Amino acid sequence: MNIVVLVKQVPDTYSERKLADADHTLDRDSADAVLDEINERAVEEALQLQATHGGEVTVVCVGPDRATDAIRKALSMGADKAVHVSDAALHGSDAIATAKVLAKAVGTVEGVDLVLAGNEATDGRVGALPAMVAELLGLPALTHARKVEVDGSTVKVERETDEGVFFLEASLPAVISVNEKINEPRYPSFKGIMAAKKKPVSTLAIGDLGVDAGEVGLGGSWTQVTEAAPKPPRAAGQRVEDEGDGGVKVAEYLVGQKLI
Amino acid sequence: MPAERMLPTTEAEDLLSLVREICQQELAPHASNWEAESRFPREAFRVLGKSGLLGLPYPERWGGGEQPYEVYLQVLEEIAASWLTVAEGMSVHVMSCYALATFGTEQQRESWLPDMIGGELLGAYALSEPQAGSDPAGMTTRAVREGEDYVVNGTKAWITHAGVADFYTMMTKTGEDEVSCLLVPGNSEGLSAAPRERTMGLTSSPVAQLRLEGLRVPVGRRIGEEGSGLRIALSALDSGRLGIAACAVGLAQAALDEAVRYAKERKQFGKPIIQFQGMEFLLADMAAAVESARATYLEAARRRDRGLPFSRQASIAKLVATDAAMKVTTDAVQVLGGAGYTRDFPVERYMREAKVLQIFEGTNQIQRMVIARQLAR
Ligand SMILES: Cc1cc2nc3c(=O)[nH]c(=O)nc-3n(C[C@H](O)[C@H](O)[C@H](O)COP(=O)(O)OP(=O)(O)OC[C@H]3O[C@@H](n4cnc5c(N)ncnc54)[C@H](O)[C@@H]3O)c2cc1C
Repeated sequence: MNIVVLVKQVPDTYSERKLADADHTLDRDSADAVLDEINERAVEEALQLQATHGGEVTVVCVGPDRATDAIRKALSMGADKAVHVSDAALHGSDAIATAKVLAKAVGTVEGVDLVLAGNEATDGRVGALPAMVAELLGLPALTHARKVEVDGSTVKVERETDEGVFFLEASLPAVISVNEKINEPRYPSFKGIMAAKKKPVSTLAIGDLGVDAGEVGLGGSWTQVTEAAPKPPRAAGQRVEDEGDGGVKVAEYLVGQKLI
Repeated sequence: MPAERMLPTTEAEDLLSLVREICQQELAPHASNWEAESRFPREAFRVLGKSGLLGLPYPERWGGGEQPYEVYLQVLEEIAASWLTVAEGMSVHVMSCYALATFGTEQQRESWLPDMIGGELLGAYALSEPQAGSDPAGMTTRAVREGEDYVVNGTKAWITHAGVADFYTMMTKTGEDEVSCLLVPGNSEGLSAAPRERTMGLTSSPVAQLRLEGLRVPVGRRIGEEGSGLRIALSALDSGRLGIAACAVGLAQAALDEAVRYAKERKQFGKPIIQFQGMEFLLADMAAAVESARATYLEAARRRDRGLPFSRQASIAKLVATDAAMKVTTDAVQVLGGAGYTRDFPVERYMREAKVLQIFEGTNQIQRMVIARQLAR
């Protein structure tokens, strides 16, 4: 079973994240960049499925040159090869423009049975990209998966949202996005790190995919960020003095906030 | 501010980011609590082992990472900055594999080394005795040949990982003035650990005496010739001392980072204390001590990696780095004032931990002796 995992490099959530003043796109130099944690889970799921069903795992990434670090991380975890689409024209692409490029990039991989992705990146948090890619590829989309099971040519997914759990089934090929509960991603091993160096990475420009510069980037995007403001600092908390009834007061507060 | 490193390869950079990730997620969150409870983090070593970190400097042929000391030591330093017990344990483990890897026969290495460095097992290094610390030649543990076995009787002292180790690289007398090196399985009959020492720092790291009572060790488990044990032990210590130097720099870096963080936040006389010259100079001296100690151990490591003699440089690195760690951790307590003296902040623990670095693997007096003897040659 050949699996493609869509991966993204994002600013480390541990570091301070900023938007560039000029065009409100991500200021990539201001923060450490890492493979998005949700993507690590998607890679982990692909590797587990591969362990049972065989085949190849390919990571596909659209991002600037330095996203090679995120790709190497996925390869050092155990993925077999990578496709990296890097092009200055992509700067500022919104979700739809990115999805177009991703769909084309997936198309360069032969015999794809499954496309895995994280359900939402920790930076942009649009959360619609896997469904967009599925639409463009004409494949079923099974999103927010907390469990994935492949049986022959069908896939079963437990989809978990705030409303509850849905049990979905589709025939392969399909696109699946996973949530945080899907698994605990492995750490790469040093052997994996050494092996990653030798794994094939094909680096493509949008021209190689037959995508026109006018369809992507800030200009080709349907949405644009026109203004951004940092979250206001958290207001000072409310202090509860414990005079033997501290627990009750805390409970009353939580009830008042409709938290319990 | 994390250490700024110059690493020789991309895979070394990837290795260091993997190590930082493991430190951030698996080690740092537990260090303070586990040290307070004197709990030994055996699982943490398995996590390191799974990622291939317990055999980094050994040849790929045996399942090691074949990394130069320049890289291995920086991994150790990063771990020490998160949890010294784990870094010191890793350094002891790596040292305990050294005798076999360097002096074992081809067949011995093939039989045992892959498992020993494979990540599941943990080693110990048993040289010191109650009456033989700085002067290991004064040891009294004695192995007597009986057929194809040695029968060993005596007491080893201060053994890190005593009672939890899967194997011991053990020095014992095999004749009047003759020390030999044996590789002893941890579950051997006749080998038992005394109750743990109640140490000032590194409280998660089990240290105890080892009682050897009629311990039988097959002659085939002797590493090197009969009588070559002291030479093997001292050769292992040359590399081990580089490990301790790297641990010291990691600990000092952690203390410096905590001091800087606090000094930026803490305000007195209407401004952050980091803006007072008295604090500035103290912090600058701490940073200088950390970075010069790092440069010193890396220089010694690069000599080792090139196959040059490095014994004097290893002693200098151990001396300089552990004295720096003692000073920097003490000053970090000073920067935090009263808070630094409490267990709510880690710096008092760092200060307690730094002390032992000046004592084990050759006290700093012994390091000076090694250095001076080479000068007098
Ligand atoms: C936490 C901990 C873990 C340890 N782990 C291990 C281990 O895993 N394996 C192992 O084999 N050992 C281990 N040791 C033992 C350690 O290596 C010894 O404690 C050390 O070598 C010093 O020996 P000693 O304690 O007998 O002190 P002594 O040798 O009695 O020294 C006492 C003092 O005399 C000084 N001194 C001695 N000789 C001279 C001299 N010629 N000139 C000047 N000063 C001198 C010393 O510097 C020291 O200040 C550990 C010790 C500790 C505390």
